[in-house]
This record gives sequence, C-alpha cells and structure tokens, in this order.
Amino acid sequence: MRNIGIIARKEVKTYFTSPIAYVVIFVFLVLVGFFFYSIISWFNSKSIEMAQNPYYQQININQMVYAPLFNNMSIILLLMLPLLTMRLFAEEKKTGTDELLFTSPVHVLQVILGKYAAALVVLAAMLGLTGLLSMFTFLWGNPELVQILNGYLGLFLMGAAFIAAGVFFSSLTKNQIVAAISTFGALLLFWILNWASYFIPGIWKDVLNYLSTSQHFEGMASGILDTADVVYYLSFSFFALFLTHSVIQSRRWR
Amino acid sequence: MIEVEHLAKKYGELLAVNDLSFKVEKGKIWGLLGPNAAGKTTTMRILTGFLPATEGKASVAGFDVFEKPDEVKKITGYLPEVVPLYPEMTVSEYLTFVAAIKQVPSSERKEALGKALEVSGLASVKNRLLENISRGYKQRVGIAQALIHDPQILILDEPTIGLDPAQIKEIRDLIKSLKGEHTIMLSTHILAEVTQTCDGVVIINEGRLMASGSLEELTTSFGGKEGVILKLKKGHEEAVPSFQAIPGVDRVSRQDGELTIEWVRGKDLREAVSRLAVERGWGLLEMRPVALNIEDLYLRIVSGGAEQ
Repeated sequence: MRNIGIIARKEVKTYFTSPIAYVVIFVFLVLVGFFFYSIISWFNSKSIEMAQNPYYQQININQMVYAPLFNNMSIILLLMLPLLTMRLFAEEKKTGTDELLFTSPVHVLQVILGKYAAALVVLAAMLGLTGLLSMFTFLWGNPELVQILNGYLGLFLMGAAFIAAGVFFSSLTKNQIVAAISTFGALLLFWILNWASYFIPGIWKDVLNYLSTSQHFEGMASGILDTADVVYYLSFSFFALFLTHSVIQSRRWR
Repeated sequence: MIEVEHLAKKYGELLAVNDLSFKVEKGKIWGLLGPNAAGKTTTMRILTGFLPATEGKASVAGFDVFEKPDEVKKITGYLPEVVPLYPEMTVSEYLTFVAAIKQVPSSERKEALGKALEVSGLASVKNRLLENISRGYKQRVGIAQALIHDPQILILDEPTIGLDPAQIKEIRDLIKSLKGEHTIMLSTHILAEVTQTCDGVVIINEGRLMASGSLEELTTSFGGKEGVILKLKKGHEEAVPSFQAIPGVDRVSRQDGELTIEWVRGKDLREAVSRLAVERGWGLLEMRPVALNIEDLYLRIVSGGAEQ
C-alpha cells in the first residue's frame, strides 16, 4: 500500500509539473463549458416556450440539461483520456526508467495501481472542476442533487475504465502515439459495440449490448444508479489492469 | 558475496549468456569485462532481478535472486547502462523518490539524500532539473541513486561511458572510495578501467566465461612474465647482449627502436636494467613496464580469436 502511494504521488507530481494535466483539464473545461452553455441556452428558450404552451408539460432540468451534458462529457473523456494515459508505461520503457522501478523492491502490481491511481486523481480533478457549473443551476433552478451525483459517479467509473484500458495499451509499447491511438480505437469500439446489436440476432445481441460501454452509461447519465452498471465498469477496469499485469510479467520473462 | 552458477539466458533463439559461473568476494571491486554484446548487461540485469535467467543460479549476499528477489533488491544498488532519469524532476526530488521505492523509511530519507549528494558531489546542482544537467552530472546522479539506500552490493553497468577523461577519473576515484563498505561489480569494455579500479575481473565473450580471478592470479596464470620496455638514445647493438647477460633476464627483443626486456615474474630486475643503461651511457630516454599479460588475453578475445 505504501509503495502504491509512493508511485502514485510521483506520477501525480509529474502530471502537474509537466503541462499535461493543465492542458487536459483546461481543454476539458472549455469544451464542457461550451456544451453547458449551449444546453442551458436551449433549455431556457424551451422553458419560455413551454410556459406559454397551453398543453403545459413537466420540464425537468436533470433530464433536459444534465443527461445530455453527461453524455457529451463522456465523449470528451473518450477522446482525451487516452492522451492522459499514453505515457504511463510507454515513457518508462522508452527512457529506461522501468529498469529502476523493477530493480527496486516494489511489485509490478504496486507500480500499475500507483500509476492508475495517479490518472484517477487527474480524472477526479477534471470532473470536480466541472461541478462549479452546477452553481448556476442550483442558484436559478432546482435540480435533483442525487441524480447529478449519480451522473458524476457514472462518469468517474467510466473514466476509470477508460484509464485502465489506457494503462494496458501503454504497457504494450514504447511509443506513446501508438498507445494513445490503440486506446482510442479500442474505447471507441467498445462504445459503439451495441450498434451491431441491430443486425446480430440471438444471444450475441445481448452479449454485445452488455459489453458496450455506452449502454451502461445511459442510466447513470439520467441519474439512475444500477449496480449492474457499476459492476460492469469495475470489472472492465479490473480486467484491463489484470491484462496489464500479465503483459508486464510476460515481457520480463521472455 | 555474489555467486553465479551455470547461468544461461536465451532471448528467443539468441543465447546471450551461456553457462556462466563466477564469484565475487565481499568488499572487493570486480570488473565484468568483455567486448560489446558479450552479455555483460544481461548478466547484470539477471543479478539485479530485472530479468529472469533461463537456466542456472545466481545469489547475492546469500539470497537467491529468483526466489528472494525483494531481499536482493533491498541490498543492491544498480546503475543501468542508460541512467534511468525522470527529466521533469530535480536532482533532490529524484533521489528522494528513489530512496522511497528502495524502502528507505521516510524519517531517514533526508539524511540519505544529504549523504548521497555529498558523496557523489551533486550538492551544487541538487535543485536543477535532471533534463538540464550535463552528461557527467547525470552519470553521478546515476551513481547517487544506486547508493541512496546504502546497499551492500553495487552493480554498475559501464559507469564511465560517454564521459570526458577528467570525469572518468572522478568517477573512478568515487568508485574506489566506495570499496570496502560495498561490494562492487562494474562492467566495462575498457581494460584500463579494470586494471586501474578493480581487484579482480571476470572476462566474458559471447556470453561465455573466458577467464576470472584476481588481477594477480590472472597475470601469473597467463604467461607469468614481467618486463620493461626501454627507449635508448644510442648503443642498441651492444645493448641487446649486455642486457641478456644480466642474471635472470629471460628474453631481450628489439622492435621499432625500443627494447623489450622480460624476466620471470617475481624477480624485480628494473633496478639492474636501468643501472646498466646509465653506466654504459646509452642515454636512457624512457622506461615503462610491459603491459600485463591479461591485456594480451583480452585483446585476443576482443579481436575474435578467442582461445582458451
């Protein structure tokens, strides 16, 4: 546990002494801010319109602002997290610093978890800072806090799964670009896996639907917490980290 | 302190290390000598637990490298061939991080850092980023990180590579000063490094052991002769038989205006030789010892004609 902390602290420090974390967080906030602004503007005009409508319907800020916002954020995460994770192992291998790590009395698993935790810290910072936007909705509206928190939990779990995949692809190569592109490709594939369910019959349809990362996010984006989704993202992360461990071990044994 | 028995390492089909056995005694500096691609780095990586061996046994301070890797890693300091530096860290940050992963307790890290900075002469650059310091300093940081947890064993892979002559001397002096408390194994492809810093040597080529032992043992077992090379101003013709006449002299030969006089190891005839040259007024310009015979052996190995 102590070793995990040492590695994690070092990686977080690297993220924040180099421009990586700042750039990733800044760009993420700009994009999320833009989406938030345009969705809120649309929601405002919709509210006015509906207020004048004699067939008045219930309008819901959680469903009409937060659900689409969270969906947009998940796509931005899909695009950006591979860039955050690409260096984690690829850079160590390129510069030979893995030789220092693995000749020190720390275990491979501790190194993996330390690096994973460091990327989670950056993810938490990215998501946490977008929380400021909710200041406006709470000031001039009355959204459901629990539903928002569920959405954030979903984003965090999904981001964690993306990061785990990124750690895995980073362990496969010395080249950061290769790591980033393969991570992105794999994540996108998992994201759209459920599209295939339209033309694939039988049990495979369910399998593909279950494996798809976007399928499990829908509920959480609209504020519904389903343990099945939580279990899915956790097992996704677990599996990716497990593969990473096997890759690093087998590389050294070859 | 370091024991290797029948060690072998295969990379796919390539046999990098083949049936290698040697021993290093406690408190000594041993050189692992061999031409490039002889298997030096692979051997060191196995000893430090970075790579597993395909066959054979290796133990460090009594701990088997394969069964007790953590114990070995705790008491071993390792400088890889490429100094493992994180360019975005300062010298102090980096060394503190290394101390932490080498399991130096957090209360002792500051002291360990101070000591490592002092021993390796890095105090003046401790707050500089690693990407901004010179090659010589980077190498020292490499040695400092190997020393930070005060290991019993130091394994240094080509510690002086890429340095200028002054830096090479500094690093060699630094390594020599560490002798005694630490058992040191360093690899090199330069023979002079071994004769100047090491107590003993393991010579390998193409993964196989060519010779090993202390420097004295090796020089006696390979040839067992000593001698001097003389440069005289005049009198070459009469000099050859005259030197030959000195009791104990084995062989006198002349080449390129220089005389090589050899005798059986153990008798020191330098005084007799120089006295004769001066008495006869031949004009003694230069006198230097004949290179150790281990050099011949090494050159034979390096040039590919490995016999023995």
